[in-house]
Amino acid sequence: MSKFKKKANTKQEIPTSALPDIIFMLLFFFMVTTVLREVTINVKQRIPDATQLRKLQRKSLVSYLYIGEPKKTSQWGSEPRIQANDVFIEPKDVVLWVNQEKDKLDEVERDQITIAMKVDKEAKRGLVSDVEFQLRKANARKLLYTTLQEMEE
Amino acid sequence: MARNKQRDNPEINSSSMADIAFLLLIFFLVTTTIANDRGLSLLLPPDPDTMEQMDIKIPERNIFKIQVNSADKLLVEGEPLTDVTAIKPMIKEFVLNNGRNPELSDTPKDAIVSFKTDRGTSQEMFIEVLDQIQGAYYDMYAARVGVTNKQWREISNDLSDPENKRLYDKGRGLKDGKVEFPMNISIAEPSKIGG
Repeated sequence: MSKFKKKANTKQEIPTSALPDIIFMLLFFFMVTTVLREVTINVKQRIPDATQLRKLQRKSLVSYLYIGEPKKTSQWGSEPRIQANDVFIEPKDVVLWVNQEKDKLDEVERDQITIAMKVDKEAKRGLVSDVEFQLRKANARKLLYTTLQEMEE
Repeated sequence: MARNKQRDNPEINSSSMADIAFLLLIFFLVTTTIANDRGLSLLLPPDPDTMEQMDIKIPERNIFKIQVNSADKLLVEGEPLTDVTAIKPMIKEFVLNNGRNPELSDTPKDAIVSFKTDRGTSQEMFIEVLDQIQGAYYDMYAARVGVTNKQWREISNDLSDPENKRLYDKGRGLKDGKVEFPMNISIAEPSKIGG
């Protein structure tokens, strides 16, 4: 019995002094790997999968277009719409929007602008190709269809 | 002596530090999204208004036709196809033919993959097919320089490195400012037939 008694006397606390450090490490990880959300996305975004992904080089040259069915169907209807920044636009407004985005860039880099299109799976090609046509007119020819990585067998 | 007693344990209570850090952590978790800047990259043709209207006759053998209708059904070289992944080997055979089979392309330089959809085709199907076409080309480029498909894509992502640029030009067969092995993907304007 004496043996057990001795053991019972030892401290049974787990040292928690390193806990803040662990949490801080997690915090820094999330701070580094994430970007702040800039726009509220008002369209459904079920991004399609693909295998042959390419990564964008310079984020400062990228502008985003969101295409999909509006989340508030009672207000905006169920037809897929184009969202740029925080508003819905029509395909004919794309040229104007591209020029606004180009104005934000340095003069020498304006031709290198890349448009990243986040298109919902269910959106139809008709609308997307209308946007592509306007982008050609606006001379913003670098395009990226944002997709997710599909598992390769 | 009374003073000494007060100085016994000059510690700051830091047990709430973890809670503060947790709060910050949760704030960042909620307000951020993991950046997703990956996808299928594409270069659009120039503005149609500034292009000269020219009727160029391209021999039938140099065009690989892929058509998708509004019900997302495939038609490849005039034959219906159900398996999208079958496109990849077909394109490779077509491009690397080098004039052997009279029904396939003359040279990789002349080979054109034409991809036509309907206005009612879903974006999902479009991405799937485009993925196959680009994959076929990336595979061929990678094989030419002896790297894997994934390495090739990483090389082409960063051309500022001279070694990457050299491999990239070798894969695409850059000779005297002309690419011998271009990725000719023609995405035609969608048809309006099937609503």
